[in-house]
Amino acid sequence: MSNVTEIRWHGRGGQGAKTAALLLADVAFATGKYVQGFPEYGPERMGAPITAYNRISDSVIRVHSNIYEPEFVVVVDESLLETVDVTSGLKEDGAILINTEKSKEELVPSLRGYKGKVYTIDAKKVSLATLGKYFPNTPLLAAIVKVADIMDEETFLKEMKNSFNHKFASKPEVIDGNMKALEMALKEVQ
Amino acid sequence: MAKRERLSGNEAVAIALRQINPDVFPAFPITPSTEIPQYFASFVANGQVDTEFITVESEHSSMSAAIGASAAGARSLTATSSCGLAYMWEELYIAASNRLPLALALVNRALSGPININCDHSDSMGARDAGWIQIYAENNQEAYDNMVQAFRISEHKDVRLPIMICQDGFITSHAVENIELLDDAEVKGFVGEYEPENYLLNPECPMAVGPYSITDFYFEAKRAQAEGTKNVEKVILDIAKEFAELSGREYGLFESYRMEDAERAVVIIGSAAGTTKDAIDRLREKGEKVGLLKIRLYRPFPAEAIAAELKNVKAVAIMDRAEGYSNNGGPLGADVMAALFRARSQAFAVNYIYGLGGRDVRVEDMIGIYDALAQIIEDGDAGETYRYLGIRE
Amino acid sequence: MKTDITKLGVKASWRDLTEGMIVAGAGTSKDFKTGEWSAVKPEFIEENCKQCLFCAPVCPDSCIPVVDGKRGAFDYDHCKGCGICVKACPFDAITMEGVK
Repeated sequence: MSNVTEIRWHGRGGQGAKTAALLLADVAFATGKYVQGFPEYGPERMGAPITAYNRISDSVIRVHSNIYEPEFVVVVDESLLETVDVTSGLKEDGAILINTEKSKEELVPSLRGYKGKVYTIDAKKVSLATLGKYFPNTPLLAAIVKVADIMDEETFLKEMKNSFNHKFASKPEVIDGNMKALEMALKEVQ
Repeated sequence: MAKRERLSGNEAVAIALRQINPDVFPAFPITPSTEIPQYFASFVANGQVDTEFITVESEHSSMSAAIGASAAGARSLTATSSCGLAYMWEELYIAASNRLPLALALVNRALSGPININCDHSDSMGARDAGWIQIYAENNQEAYDNMVQAFRISEHKDVRLPIMICQDGFITSHAVENIELLDDAEVKGFVGEYEPENYLLNPECPMAVGPYSITDFYFEAKRAQAEGTKNVEKVILDIAKEFAELSGREYGLFESYRMEDAERAVVIIGSAAGTTKDAIDRLREKGEKVGLLKIRLYRPFPAEAIAAELKNVKAVAIMDRAEGYSNNGGPLGADVMAALFRARSQAFAVNYIYGLGGRDVRVEDMIGIYDALAQIIEDGDAGETYRYLGIRE
Repeated sequence: MKTDITKLGVKASWRDLTEGMIVAGAGTSKDFKTGEWSAVKPEFIEENCKQCLFCAPVCPDSCIPVVDGKRGAFDYDHCKGCGICVKACPFDAITMEGVK
């Protein structure tokens, strides 16, 4: 049980937090881990706050509850900091990763006294620079893999390349952009 | 060779169905089971199956069409959840009383109202007396394995009854987890061809299905139907043995977890069993003698085997993910307590209603149940036997 | 295998019923004598009959056999005494109590 890494995602319906959680489960699975990736379904509306979860472990995962004391939290939409207690139960020796243009110092007052590490990534900047459109998923996935040290960067990029080759088989032109988004995100996260 | 994968419960069931390649799949979507026909429709479109996939206008029709197809001699199934199952009510009884083998992939969801899309067992529990076989899963692996075994059980000549393969809505249906899949050829070989004895599309011997039974016959007809139900336990164990030889994964009527010397036990159905196992491991580390009996086969109810497994426990908590409104416990509570009574058990038994409408069940909640059982043993009194887990008072 | 419905009388044990109450094999209704469902039956007055054959097709229970273009005697094993044939006959060749 102690070797389970638990991650909680906060996003808004339509932003892809669930997809990001499933992608993270995919990539961790590819490195031989036991994984869970699941969303918590509330009102199914675009823009409504949603939560998704990951467990990643070296042994079989049997528990089927939500995650209340995660090691890591990912905030896909910083406007949620005002309305959702995103750091609830977050372990102080863990970390929070926030998608934002702002600096950490500007965000800390919104974190309700959380004393653990804070990481930020400007997923919009990364996404626009590499994909020409705003898809926060891909940069956030790379960022959390790095922040949570789920695997080394080289393995991660190799697995994602395989995954994209499969997922985008019918539109290979987007593979390069997505790979660039991952690489840039790994550098940009701070 | 087994293939390691990571899939949601719905995807796992859909893949089992692709490997089975049934003859007819009438479908009408409802959350959270919609993905099953959705994935399957892509298999049809891609030519991976040659199933007749019929998009019908309601669950009343999807079950009717599955029944018609089965009577015609086809291997058929459908999928649904919650109110969709409620809308099949009339047909459920028809399928069972006509002794028609067919499968229903049920993704458990609360019945309205208040309207809610999340997991509890009120849908299938409402159908528990319809004459169907009901098998439940803890996780996506079990949902897949149960579906692979479903038609073998349902079509068995000593059984010939429809079968409901249940899994917990969202908790397993939409959660991606590790899973081991069998080869397509292995599943095909295991499931085999369906060869009905009598069927409507047999020109050599036409037949009448579902004739009116006057009072002189109805009672005897129901008794004859019960005979199929009596054979289910043995057939399920036989098929499970064969499945274990193929997959290495063993199944029974229920799963016992750390029951060898258990003084306190929980009886539960579905995904919360996994959570309970983690609770047990934590308590066992502290030397507490606690165990779990996870129901796989709920209908017909293996009462004797369950009572035998519980014969040495001092206290048992029976967990119902459905409110029965009987003032006398939920459906599983009533079944297990009746089984204990007939076995002259002296154990204290309490019944908990839990997890309605998707209410989360945590490891800590289940530890709380074992603590409550310890208190009951200490008090020598079960106290209130009809309880609600974690309800806000 | 064709169902032997002679074994399915109202005294049959549950063990003798067919699985799912199916009735396999076509035409088993011939073995089920429904003629006893009524006391009053039509009568055939052969000397009035012109063999117009209006009666045979209107019988709901196919109880008027036609052989070589000629109708034969009523099949009272299956006739339920509905009287439709009486109404159909233009020549008073069929009579039945209570039917004009």
